[in-house]
Amino acid sequence: MHELGIVFYIIRDVKKVAEEHRVPLVKTVVMNIGEVSTVVPEYLTDCWRWAADKEDLLRGCELKCNIIKAVTTCNACGAEYATVEHGRKCPLCGSEDTVLKCGNEVEIKEIEV
Amino acid sequence: MEAVKVIEIKKSVFAENEQDANQLRKELKGKGVFLLNLMSSPGSGKTTTLIQTINRLKEHLNIAVMEADIDSDVDAIRIKEATGIPSIQLHTGGMCHLDAEMTRQGLDNLELQNIDLVILENVGNLVCPAEFDTGAACNAMLLSVPEGHDKPLKYPLMFSICDVVVVNKMDVLPYFDFDLEQCKEWIHMRNPKAEVIPISAKTGEGVDAFAAWLLQKVNNWKL
Repeated sequence: MHELGIVFYIIRDVKKVAEEHRVPLVKTVVMNIGEVSTVVPEYLTDCWRWAADKEDLLRGCELKCNIIKAVTTCNACGAEYATVEHGRKCPLCGSEDTVLKCGNEVEIKEIEV
Repeated sequence: MEAVKVIEIKKSVFAENEQDANQLRKELKGKGVFLLNLMSSPGSGKTTTLIQTINRLKEHLNIAVMEADIDSDVDAIRIKEATGIPSIQLHTGGMCHLDAEMTRQGLDNLELQNIDLVILENVGNLVCPAEFDTGAACNAMLLSVPEGHDKPLKYPLMFSICDVVVVNKMDVLPYFDFDLEQCKEWIHMRNPKAEVIPISAKTGEGVDAFAAWLLQKVNNWKL
């Protein structure tokens, strides 16, 4: 359940931004969650509901998760392919010398106030 | 109707912890305190391995242990009784990992000016602790024979962030289909720089090698 820990981090960061902008109430928090980030969006929103409603600033605030598709680049042949489908081995040339290009994001994209 | 204003943030949730961790690492370096973050699954033998290792090193180094668990203080008591060194228990309050801030709070309870090595026994878990940098100088992972040699494939992040993988319970190797060479190959596929040290905390086999590796790291840290 590291989703709960992550929720506490999100709350801390959002509170800081809200303070800087003198915002009394946040309506929505939009997250970018990578497909291979190991964060389960459903757990994240469940934990969010429980924790956010304890904060005046975030009562009723919705957490939206944008899922970022994971893409891997092959260092051998230069191809880019879907990580979830093919894993670490390049489906074009069979090389295992591959590197994740995107898809492990756990970031706060924006907030709506 | 009230207009909705969007404030763009675009910031990784882990960014602040990484900053805290780097700051803590810098402070510990300045004080000459080496922090080892020890991670593993529950039941791999972390506490027994620590007792064996500490008893080999306590003549050379001043050591303290921080035990992180969701509940209870059995580990901290065991360490104190078996080694006589200072040992404190941290409770994570239901959380599956420690972050840099929690680690700092634990360290505040130790008299660091008299300590060379602090070992943090993280919560037994191969997933979450790998995501949160604690500010440690080195990450160590303990894998035990009964868990199987395929763990590096299943928990790639954990293996990719470790400086050393200690393979424990080598005394029961004849009873399990554990292939050490295959395991090493898979560890190095994830992390070519990881040191692999097979031990048995029960019989003491290989513990000298791990203790020597740790002693050298601590001495280098103080230079």
